[in-house]
Amino acid sequence: MPSSRTRERESDVARDRDRNRTDSLPVPPGRNFRSAFRDLANGWAQRELWFHLGWQDIRQRYRRSVLGPIWITISMAVTAIALGILYAGLFGNPLEEQLPYILVGFIIWAFIAGCISEGSEVFVANSGLITHLPAPISIHVYRLVWRQMLFFAHNLIVYAVMLVVFPQPLTWTDLSALVAFALLVVNGAWIALLVGIVSTRFRDLPPVTQSVVQLLFFLTPIVWIYEDLASNPAVAERAAIVQLNPVFHFVEIVRRPMLGQDQHLHSWVIVTAIAVVGWAMTLLVMRRYRGRVAYWV
Amino acid sequence: MVSIDVRDASVDFPIFDAKSRSLKHTVLGVVGGNVAANARKVVVIEALKGINLHLQDGDRLALIGHNGAGKSTLLRLLSGIYEPTAGQALVDGRVAPVFDLGVGMDPEISGLENILVRGLFLGMTRKQMEARVDDIAEFTELGNFLHMPLRTYSTGMRVRLALGVVTSIDPEILLLDEGIGAVDAAFLERAKGRLKDLVARAGLLVFASHSDDLLRQLCTSAVWMEHGTIRQQGPLEEVLDAYKGRERAASGG
Repeated sequence: MPSSRTRERESDVARDRDRNRTDSLPVPPGRNFRSAFRDLANGWAQRELWFHLGWQDIRQRYRRSVLGPIWITISMAVTAIALGILYAGLFGNPLEEQLPYILVGFIIWAFIAGCISEGSEVFVANSGLITHLPAPISIHVYRLVWRQMLFFAHNLIVYAVMLVVFPQPLTWTDLSALVAFALLVVNGAWIALLVGIVSTRFRDLPPVTQSVVQLLFFLTPIVWIYEDLASNPAVAERAAIVQLNPVFHFVEIVRRPMLGQDQHLHSWVIVTAIAVVGWAMTLLVMRRYRGRVAYWV
Repeated sequence: MVSIDVRDASVDFPIFDAKSRSLKHTVLGVVGGNVAANARKVVVIEALKGINLHLQDGDRLALIGHNGAGKSTLLRLLSGIYEPTAGQALVDGRVAPVFDLGVGMDPEISGLENILVRGLFLGMTRKQMEARVDDIAEFTELGNFLHMPLRTYSTGMRVRLALGVVTSIDPEILLLDEGIGAVDAAFLERAKGRLKDLVARAGLLVFASHSDDLLRQLCTSAVWMEHGTIRQQGPLEEVLDAYKGRERAASGG
């Protein structure tokens, strides 16, 4: 085929030219791990900016409402109480068991879902800023994760109230929930960054992401209690499939200590492994496509 | 050392939603960059092609050319917003881009808060901005309005605020895009003074504008952009003359 041969010749010429060029020029900057790390580090250095923007996002949402951000807390309380009563009745579980389980699960889920679904729009939503002000793309992700952490903190008020109404058998070792949440944050950051970059290029991804997140909610034991099913011989085998759902382990490592339950080492291992693999994947994508985000938005 | 070193840099925009088949061949228009299709049949706009530019501390460069000739894209390349798709652009120094005064301004928060956020975006710290806030407030003449949400401001008031912030910073490399209009004449005179101070503080200036008058006041050398390439580069008057001569010839013939 003559056309492909021509193309080959052209690419040869281009290669030659590149080779000649490398004599006088250093390697083109941008597509290496160093600049990917630099983006993350510089974004971190500008934390004054995204700290402020994250707060602003929260205040923004409830501007001119009398109660303000307390609405985050209230709506979480309403959802958890309503669903707690409903599912306690449906499953025939005692309320003091079902309600704390649902509440804590919901608080953790809100953080995970927020990171994934808002991650898919993190760069598109900030296209104005990205194309007008030079800043590391990571600041938008940091801002998102920080905002979700603030939501989480507001929801902890409901948890504190719950502890008074339904005391849990907490011990000092349950402070490991803090470490677990830190792991959640580390994972949330790479997910938001990765989903953000890919869905900036492929605009079909945000709706797909929303659907997947919604599906994950039902696949993850948040309103239904995994142990109940696992101890029921009729469905135990099928219920065990949930172990394959990574979100299950994310929820478990935080929920179990918050409810004073024994922890499973394998959940911690899985979440840590996902953090490592996820960040490695994200850095690969960052190396190659970080510079393209400004072109795609 | 503040410097800009651009070698053989190109910027191609992929346009994913354009039909590539109808544009198989490179289309060349009077206005805008070249439209071409790359190897994977994605339509690309060659906004910049083979740009070579070397600037040093003290340079005051004007960018002139038609709409869509690549002036703004070049400024964005220099600011680091776009990484070149080919070649390289090495920029050494703290960059302050002044492209669109409205971007990054939040209508729901107060003028004072907007000053802070804008400053943080331009690479200042919170402390630095707090030290400058009085100076900015005085310049904008907005008084108590600074405590009002930005949405209550008129266009002119917004421009005052934005100009107040950008002219208060200490950039090493200042990138100015035109469109700093929409203010009353008296204010513009004061803004010009401040703009000149800012330019004097900056180590390096690149200024894109259609106003010969402003260019003559602020710049010494010039680059004439056409179809995403540099058509001519040299002392300001020389390039301006050539550009104007070409314009006249085009409109006359």
